[in-house]
Amino acid sequence: MRGATHAKWAACAVAAALAATACGGGGSSGGSGDGGAVLSSSWGDPQNPLEPANTNEVQGGKVLDMIFRSLKKYNPETGAAEDMLAEKIETTDSQNFTITVKDGWTFSNGEKVTSKSFVDAWNYGASLKNNQKNAYFFEYIDGYPATHPAEGGKQTADILSGLKVVDDKTFTVKLRQKFSTFPDTLGYPAYAPLPQAFFTDHAGWLKKPVGNGPYTIDSYTKGSQMALKKWDGYPGDDKAQNGGVTLKVYTDNNTAYTDLLAGNLDLVDDVPAAQLKNVKNDLGDRYLNTPAGIIQTLAFPFYDKKWNTTGSDKVRTGLSRAIDREQITETIFQKTRTPATDWTSPVLGEEGGFKEGLCGDACEYDPAAAKKLIQEGGGLPGGQVKITYNADTGSHKQWVDAVCNSINNALGNDKACVGNPVGTFADFRTQIGDRKMSGPFRAGWQMDYPLIQNFLQPLYYTNASSNDGKWSNKDFDKLVDQANAETDTAKAVQIFQQAEEVVRDNMAAIPLWYQNGSAGFSERLSNVKLNPFSVPVYNEIKVS
Amino acid sequence: MGRYVIRRLLQMIPVFIGATLLIFLMVNVMGDPIAGLCGDRQCDPATAAQLKKEFGLDKPVWQQYLTYMGNVFTGDFGTAFNGQPVTELMATAFPVTIRLTLVAIFFEIVIGITLGVVTGLRRGRPVDSGVLLLTLVVISVPTFVTGLLLQLLLGVEWGWIKPSVSSDATFGELIVPGLVLASVSLAYVTRLTRTSIAENRRSDYVRTAVAKGLPRRRVVTRHLLRNSLIPVVTFIGTDIGALMGGAIVTERIFNIHGVGFQLYQGILRQNTQTVVGFVTVLVLVFLVANLLVDLLYAVLDPRIRYA
Repeated sequence: MRGATHAKWAACAVAAALAATACGGGGSSGGSGDGGAVLSSSWGDPQNPLEPANTNEVQGGKVLDMIFRSLKKYNPETGAAEDMLAEKIETTDSQNFTITVKDGWTFSNGEKVTSKSFVDAWNYGASLKNNQKNAYFFEYIDGYPATHPAEGGKQTADILSGLKVVDDKTFTVKLRQKFSTFPDTLGYPAYAPLPQAFFTDHAGWLKKPVGNGPYTIDSYTKGSQMALKKWDGYPGDDKAQNGGVTLKVYTDNNTAYTDLLAGNLDLVDDVPAAQLKNVKNDLGDRYLNTPAGIIQTLAFPFYDKKWNTTGSDKVRTGLSRAIDREQITETIFQKTRTPATDWTSPVLGEEGGFKEGLCGDACEYDPAAAKKLIQEGGGLPGGQVKITYNADTGSHKQWVDAVCNSINNALGNDKACVGNPVGTFADFRTQIGDRKMSGPFRAGWQMDYPLIQNFLQPLYYTNASSNDGKWSNKDFDKLVDQANAETDTAKAVQIFQQAEEVVRDNMAAIPLWYQNGSAGFSERLSNVKLNPFSVPVYNEIKVS
Repeated sequence: MGRYVIRRLLQMIPVFIGATLLIFLMVNVMGDPIAGLCGDRQCDPATAAQLKKEFGLDKPVWQQYLTYMGNVFTGDFGTAFNGQPVTELMATAFPVTIRLTLVAIFFEIVIGITLGVVTGLRRGRPVDSGVLLLTLVVISVPTFVTGLLLQLLLGVEWGWIKPSVSSDATFGELIVPGLVLASVSLAYVTRLTRTSIAENRRSDYVRTAVAKGLPRRRVVTRHLLRNSLIPVVTFIGTDIGALMGGAIVTERIFNIHGVGFQLYQGILRQNTQTVVGFVTVLVLVFLVANLLVDLLYAVLDPRIRYA
């Protein structure tokens, strides 16, 4: 027995050395035919069950992006929301929408995609009893409080009263407030349609999800790998250019990177920080480093009186000016971050609301001005700031230490700023939720959809879902409401930018840097790119 | 013998309860696990409350522990946050880690004891000094260094192996990771055997055996080795548990989806059910391995008897 396995191992080793093909569980057939070849890609174990309205992290989102198509789709290059399954979305008042679904779309199990597929899916997502972590995506729809009452309340309805099926192709949506860019949010996976199979055999569906995207799931071994293959019956025009994708779970992105170098893996979509120095040498132009819709900021606990005094905005602005963003992004992040000059992201583009330099002086490094501002604002509360972060993932320690160093140098006081690590992410979130932050804390924001609204409203609107610092400002709220009511998109964007200026003038959060997505790929692949969500555009990858 | 075994089994009960309780409390003090489930944003309070209820996290800790232990005795280890039953995770993780441990133990026994015997019989000779030096190096270099170095050399530079282990994790793929995992213990086994052999070589029964004119081979294997193995067996026995639980580093380097991976992820996600479940099983493995070691003593040295 031992001899036999040993021989197999030897054979594998030889094969790996000669042809650099996968052995055992892999799936690459190695043929030179364009459309049929399968590529392998690194993956992380999804944290939540794979349901559209329950997936809120990149790893699960990656799969949903491959097996689902929604009413809209975000252009992988520009980020613009384009019609996918939606034939048209009409409104006259920015509050009542009539949505028409295109004909000829089916799920990969043959079931037709109708307006009911959407309405059922959205109702499921909104209903509290289904525990969907993205339920808040449906909060704009009329009837949401009944299906998803606030904590302690009783659920009085299972379906959203704002959704009505008109016929097979049409349904109407009534929102609770005016929200002009609502149609553009519909590309988010949470709004994906679901087949009846999802409701009739939920456990079975979770074992092997069925969608309507360019790929179908061939096999899924939880925690280790998922094999997706091209769905030949896919009716969309963004058909898969390869035969399929095998997603392999890696315990460590360093191992994935090593596997890529050894020719054992085709695509790594997260180059480990430790390898950033070598990656150019190792991969040359097979390394991608492109902007993603992620911004890192420092948020403040406005529930703490010390941070909510008159003049504290000067202290915050002073802190912002004391941070040498340029140097930190270069030395610590090897240019995989770009110093932030506003509170959105470059992936939005000028038209979408990104405005370079909106932060102005307040984000420019000037130690002398920083010192002066902080003194004018009454000095640091308690004489010291503690930056709280979670130390378990994401190498946050390095940059927090660097930020503190920069602040200390600017103020000429080596105790002005210290890092305050928290052991686990969950504990970090618990402390934020319990309002226990005593000073600035790490806040990262990955956009849900490429809209300026998404960078402002959830983070800074009074009592919004991700307003962790509990910042509240009447002018800002008013401007956001006004922008949402505006039917002309260009005007809406403009008003959002005015709201952003309110954020700046109060320095509600210090913008640090925009984060890039990074990827490395093997010589077999071509046409690899990352979309604005820093996920590879799998269906466009060509395998030779 | 039988009474001894029963006594030992009964002793396991308090150890088992104590260990699981400790782990349960430790995981629980880390904060609210649900808070980490929603990514970089606040969980919607209603959903969070609902999830807490579903996982039983809204009850006091002692009640959670009692419910948990009650369920464990019916074979229900709870559900992980991704919706998978913990028993299912165990069914995929433990076979892999057991295979890895077997490979490691195999290397410890074969290489460790052989080297130990060879050096013990040639104390002070160049072979002895050479092996001693080598074991010193192995002990002093951390496992992750050996692991990454072997992975880089054999996997990337020379292409002899694949740098990562596939999800099947066959014995063949586990040879190098197993060797890495075993390396430190292997060095200890070598040194233990060597000392033990060198000591017993001068004992009366060995001299008698040699005087009787027994062939050298028989003297070494039947008389010398058998008596010298007692400390070594103790070490290897306790090492089984240590290898299974301590494989986290090796499993991470070689991408092995075993117990270490599940524990690591369980801790990161603060998934009480996963962590406590896996640790419970590991505690059992430790206890059983220790019992087996004690029983083996009697086989190796008939003078040791259990009343």
